[in-house]
Amino acid sequence: MAILEVKNIYKSFGDVEVLKGISFSMERGEIIAVLGSSGSGKTTLLRCINFLERATKGEIYVDGNCIFDAEEGRVSTAEMRARQLNFGLVFQSFNLFPQYTALENLTLAARLQAKEKPDFKKNKKLILKNINERAAFLLGKMGLEDKLDAYPCELSGGQQQRVSIARALMLSPKILFFDEPTSALDPEITQEILKIIKRLAARHVTMIIVTHEIEFARNVADRIIFMNDGIVIEDGTPEDVINNPKNERTRAFLSKMMD
Amino acid sequence: MGSLFEYFSAFGPNAARWASLFEGFGQNLLLFFVTLITAIPIGLVITYCSMSRFKPLMLLSRTFVWIIRGTPLMLQLFVVWFVPGLLFDVHMKSRMTAAMIAFSINYAAYFSEIYRGGIESIPKGQYEAGQVLGMTKAQVFFRVVLMQVIKRITAPMGNEFMTLVKDTSLARTIAVAEILMSAERFTKQGVIWPLFATALFFLAMCGLLTLLLNHIEKKLSYYNV
Repeated sequence: MAILEVKNIYKSFGDVEVLKGISFSMERGEIIAVLGSSGSGKTTLLRCINFLERATKGEIYVDGNCIFDAEEGRVSTAEMRARQLNFGLVFQSFNLFPQYTALENLTLAARLQAKEKPDFKKNKKLILKNINERAAFLLGKMGLEDKLDAYPCELSGGQQQRVSIARALMLSPKILFFDEPTSALDPEITQEILKIIKRLAARHVTMIIVTHEIEFARNVADRIIFMNDGIVIEDGTPEDVINNPKNERTRAFLSKMMD
Repeated sequence: MGSLFEYFSAFGPNAARWASLFEGFGQNLLLFFVTLITAIPIGLVITYCSMSRFKPLMLLSRTFVWIIRGTPLMLQLFVVWFVPGLLFDVHMKSRMTAAMIAFSINYAAYFSEIYRGGIESIPKGQYEAGQVLGMTKAQVFFRVVLMQVIKRITAPMGNEFMTLVKDTSLARTIAVAEILMSAERFTKQGVIWPLFATALFFLAMCGLLTLLLNHIEKKLSYYNV
């Protein structure tokens, strides 16, 4: 069964229709890169799936369960949060919490969730210890074992983005989304972040990556979705989309980006 | 022995005058602290209303802020002291109570606008990061946003605290026996120095506040927003 199914998503801001019927589905372990020129709607699509924008029309399913239906009325806060936690999102501008250390950025949400569990009071010490250990482990994986107690302002852009990737992984999301994760970074640091995403890919983490890095998309993604003006105009393997694009717009975009 | 007596009688009235100034300033400080303790949370409630998506509440709240900030505090003191008695035959318990109410409302309105500025200056990405981590709106506000807001509003709030120290002497207009009223009494006896001596009290209090605020800013400087 598809882990994610997006059905006929529309999104308008006022009179401007940004998404005009997007549908696709993905399997567990699959890695999709979403390409397209600025204004094609790729970031909006990501934000709609992650509940940061409310789609005007359409439905979204995770593991066959409906997690979004534009027709649906209000959803309870607890239900909304449970749906939200299917996903992790890495932002273009990191959005780390400046008043917390790298470690605390990871543990904050986990602690708040743990506190709501009925057995929290009884096993408080153990639970908090596990949370801290997991956070330190993830930061270690990102090569930040010596930065656990550093504040975001003391970290470089690349380090901040690595913390934010670890933070997104902390709650074990089913699907990890990246919204142009390297656009705010220097070219050399870009490579450092792409390497980390490649490592995640090797571990078959299910990912959707909105990016401008075509070479990277070709190397890492199982599938490329190319968007233009609010619709999907290509959806296929990197070979198909990059080497043999069907659409004129895709060809124009690729030739502009690759020279 | 005679000279010592003379010394005391010369010293006596002035000592009494200083004591009276201290007593008066006690009233100023009382008003200052009560206003802070009440206006800081009331301001937050007004901010919440002013930023509400429910339009009538938002407009009501902003109109209220406009009226409070748009009229003199002295007039507001008169209104709180006299109007309940004139209209509803309800009398204020004491002049001090009336002053506390007027000051709390007045400063809450100013605080609310500082809070609003601080809250609106926090990038949207902070809320979004909290949301995608499954935090509730309240958790995002209290765990993520609030600390950053506090850091950003420390300087403007410090300004308001300074102004408040000195504004407390306005309570004199409804005859609260604060320090300026005490000093003024002596001018009628032809003794003018206590009027100027009051400045020392205000300077001392503002000096202490400056030190305290510097300390707070230093404490919060471990991170950049």
